[in-house]
Parts: sequence; C-alpha cells; structure tokens
Amino acid sequence: MTDNVHTGNVHTGSIPDERPPANTVGPVAWLRNNLFNTWYNALLTILIAWLLFKAIPPLLDWLIFSANSFGTPPQVCRQEGGACWTFVSEKLRFVMFGTFPYDEQWRPLITIVIIIALVLASCDRRFWKPWLGLLWIAGLTAVGVLMWGGVLGLTYVENTLWGGLPLTLMLSVVGLSVAFPASVLLALGRRSQLPAIRVISVTYIELIRGVPLISLLFMASVMFPLFLPTGVNFDKLLRAQIAFIMFAAAYMAEAIRGGLQAIPKGQYEAADALGLNYWQAMGKIILPQALAISIPPLVNTFISFFKDTSLVIIIGLYDLLGTAKAALSDPAWRGFYREAYLFIGVIYWVFCYSMSKYSQKLERDLHRGHRR
Amino acid sequence: MTMAQTAGAARTFPQGEPIIQCQGVHKWYGEFHVLKNIDLSVAKGERIVICGPSGSGKSTMIRCLNRLEEHQKGSIIVDGIELTGNLKNIELVRREVGMVFQHFNLFPHLTVLENCTLAPIWVRKKPKAEAEEMAMRYLKRVRIAEQALKYPGQLSGGQQQRVAIARSLCMSPKVMLFDEPTSALDPEMVKEVLDVMIGLAEDGMTMLCVTHEMGFAKSVADRVIFMDRGEIVEQNTPNEFFNSPQSERTKLFLSQILNH
Repeated sequence: MTDNVHTGNVHTGSIPDERPPANTVGPVAWLRNNLFNTWYNALLTILIAWLLFKAIPPLLDWLIFSANSFGTPPQVCRQEGGACWTFVSEKLRFVMFGTFPYDEQWRPLITIVIIIALVLASCDRRFWKPWLGLLWIAGLTAVGVLMWGGVLGLTYVENTLWGGLPLTLMLSVVGLSVAFPASVLLALGRRSQLPAIRVISVTYIELIRGVPLISLLFMASVMFPLFLPTGVNFDKLLRAQIAFIMFAAAYMAEAIRGGLQAIPKGQYEAADALGLNYWQAMGKIILPQALAISIPPLVNTFISFFKDTSLVIIIGLYDLLGTAKAALSDPAWRGFYREAYLFIGVIYWVFCYSMSKYSQKLERDLHRGHRR
Repeated sequence: MTMAQTAGAARTFPQGEPIIQCQGVHKWYGEFHVLKNIDLSVAKGERIVICGPSGSGKSTMIRCLNRLEEHQKGSIIVDGIELTGNLKNIELVRREVGMVFQHFNLFPHLTVLENCTLAPIWVRKKPKAEAEEMAMRYLKRVRIAEQALKYPGQLSGGQQQRVAIARSLCMSPKVMLFDEPTSALDPEMVKEVLDVMIGLAEDGMTMLCVTHEMGFAKSVADRVIFMDRGEIVEQNTPNEFFNSPQSERTKLFLSQILNH
C-alpha cells in the first residue's frame, strides 16, 4: 500500500542521461583533483615523490637486492652489509618459543595453532552459538595440557620457561576474552539504578584507569606477594595475566559505556513496555546495539592490549618482543637489531591488521539493512 | 475547579467491569507538579481518547499506567495488580498492557518479524514457530506481512508504526496504550495508522489513546478526556464533549484546534 518510499531512482524524464564532460572523469582528472588541485598541494606532491624516490631504492636494496639469504654466516653478513636473514632462520625457534625445551617445541607450536583456530572460528558469526564457549574451554584446556605437560606422558614444563609467540597470544587472548565480559558488566554497573553497584563500578574503573599499566604489573609481581602469607606463592604469569585483565576491563568498560549512552531512551522504554526484564532488555535489545556502536573503540583497545603484552618483559617474562631481545644478546648475533625488530614487527602487524580488517567487516555486517 | 468536577460528573464512567483504576494519583518532576489528583477508571473494552494542550500531563498519565513513569501518591491498579516498586508486579502488568509510542521505538537491529516475536518468545515463553505464526497473523492484520523480513530502517514511518502496533498485539495485551501514535508521521501516512487503530477498536480492544486526531475521537471513542495543567478537566461521550463542552478551558481548547 505505501511502497512509494523505496522504489529507487529510475529516470523516466524526457531528457536522456549524458556522460559527464571528459575532463571531469578518468586518470587525468583524478590526478588533477587529488594531487595537483592547488599550487601548495602540487608542491607537496612533488616533495613527497622526491622523498620516496630517495628512500625506497636504498630500503629495497637493503631488504632484498643486497640482502644475504638464509644460511649466510653472520661474519659474512657484517662485511657485505644488507639485511642478514640468517638471523631470522637461525633464531626463529628461540624467538617463537623462547626457552621452552628444544625437543618439546612442537607443543607451543600446536598451542599457537589451537589459539589461532579458536580465534578464527569465533570470527564467523554463524558459529556464535553456546557450543562455541565449550569449544573455547576445550581448546584452552588442551593449551594448558600442552604447555604445562605433566600428564599424558608429556614432560612437565615450568611456566617460567614459556616465552615467545605462545606467551603473547595466551596473555592477550585469555586476557581479552575474560576482560570483555567483565567490561560489559562494569559498563552496565556504571549505569545501574542501584547506587552501591554504580559506586563500585565507577571506583574500580577510575582507580584502575588512573594508574599506568606498568605500575599495575609491578604491583602484581612485587607488591602483591607481600600481602600473601609466607609460603603461599602465586604464580608470576597468573599475576601478570590478572593485572592485564583488570586493566583491559576498565578500559573496555568505558568504550562500551559510550555505546550504551548512544542508544536512544525509546529503546529502553520499548523493551520495558513489552515486559522484558532487565537482563532480557540488556541482552536482546540494548547490548547488541551498543556493542555494535562500540566496535571501533573496542578494537582500538584490543589492538593496543595485544601490543602491550610486551610490557611483561619488565617483570621478567619473555613474550615475543622479549625473546627477540634475548636472541640479540647472543654474542655471535649481536647487532642485528634491524632484522630482529623488523621480523617481530611484521608478526605484530599481521595480527593487528587482521583484527582491524575483521572489525571493519563485522561493522559492515552488523549495520547492513538497519542503518537509516 | 468545582465547575470542572461537575462537568466530569455529567455522566458516570465506566459502565462495566474496570480493568484500570487510578485513585488520587499525583506525580512530580522535581518541584513541578505534573499530575494532580487523577481519578480514572477504565472498563474492559472501553475506548478512551485523551486530549489537551501540550504539557498538560496526558502522556505522563498513560505512561504511569505501565510504570514507564513512577507516580508518587495515590494508587494505580491494572488488571487487579497494584503498581508499586515491586519489579515482578510491574513486569506482570507490562505483559498485559501494550504500548505504541510517538517515535515507534522499533528495534533497529532486528527484522520486523523478530521485533514481533521477541517478547512472546522471551516473556511469554512461546515456542518460536508458534510466535512466528502469530506474528505473521498480526502483521497481515496491519497489512505489512510482505515486509516481515526487512529491517525497520527500510520502512516508511507509517509502516513502522503499524509494525509497532503488531509488535504490541503479539503479546495479546488486555489494554493498548497509544502515546500520540500519529504525531511523528507525514500527513499522508496518518490514515493508514488510524485505519489499523479503528480496526482494533471495532474488535473490542480496550484502548487509551493520547491524540490530536479529533476525527478519530469522534468516530471511535466511547469517552473523551480533556486534561489541562495536570488535571482531568472534563470527560464525556464524544458527542457531548464536542457539541456541549462544559468548562471554559475545554471550550478554549476546542476552539483552538477545530477552528483553523
């Protein structure tokens, strides 16, 4: 009856459509519009082109053309100049797995595979079902068994020997997946009608957010044991993990609160008027919309926490950055900083860029159809 | 004031078993006294139109009936349950009282069909298939079934408001509250929404409707209530109300809305 609104823009007028003038479309027009539209932009374009011309050839030369391929001994590398990729192939296992016993390093390798598989599975919205939670529990149990061992014929490996990429992944994935639900509760708590819950949430968020992460890590590793009775020893890795969770939860809670505030009052009223209780209204109506709005700031937090796991080096844990630095302290390989940092930089970048790309896709999917 | 009360007593309402009873209801927003001593009794199947100048408290009054607003004095009993701070009771009342808002308030992240089945599934605990079947029945009734899989953002205002009515009906409410359901619509869409409301009235739904559509009031209402400055000034059958208004305030109001 009233489908007049979305029939599309079909031209039925008497004047036929014409092509735009030639100088407003095509590559020349693009160049003129984007690179040379004013005299100062033209100047900037030329300046940047000159800088790229100066910088890129030496960079490519170091990276590829004069680079020493895998297997070249470090002494030769030093004489030849150019990147020494032998460092990467030689130190790969140490950088990836840290001081995990050499013969057992298939265990952290499988750990990496399991964690990445779990994360990838969780990315697909079709798998957002209750059994995904069970899959996570099973996967993380498998990870625990593999890393610690001591059962099923696996030798026991103390977690002080853990390091490299599995440590980075475990700290960030476990940390963020515990911190996320906690942050949702904190954000709801901050907007609660109940004064006690509101005060607790606000105090927690403002307190944790107000101190640097490093100080929280120090507290977790140095101060926390002081409060425990002698003899009780709390695992250092676990303490670092808890510090991360506490910090990430406070930050994400504020991102989610922003989303909650953007939901119009009418949505709450409509949910109430239908007789939904608080948790139904939040779970079915408010949070799905609020979280979709919060995706950009949430992913920002995710990415920054993934990289901040490298701060655990200050309390003596060797994550990916830590093992790279440790590899550089080998006298035979001293000085290959560029190769080492470039290599782990690429690893961090691949993970962070994937997160960013996925979040953009998720945003598009969630907004499809219902954006006005 | 005395005169207004006399006018209200020109005929006694309601004539039948009451489903809503308000006695001496007062409400304040901070220092501002929005509702003053509201006495209102609504019979089953009664169709009431509430009108009055803006800021007269008419929206606030019907929003008190499902506790979207809290009253501070007096009692409101809906379907035998008194509205107090008791959350369980509030939820029970809200199940039986449907509400249609000025700005539709559909859930933009759910399809039209999901908008309609959400509350029956989660509040009434209906099986999904049954809820969907009922939703399609009501969507057909508001003549929008073919849009069931679209999102609210893809529909026009009038279509959205009809979906909102269907969403409320899916809870099989005993009472429907309409809070200026046509005020946010483009003029050409008002009729399609009013048609649906007229259909509902003809089927015997108990309705309270805040509206400026006087044509609707004349054709379907059993009773018209006029509110001004937080009080019920006058109430009467539409015929009496429009042809021989009793109070000066009513006369002034009617002259302003009818003569232009």
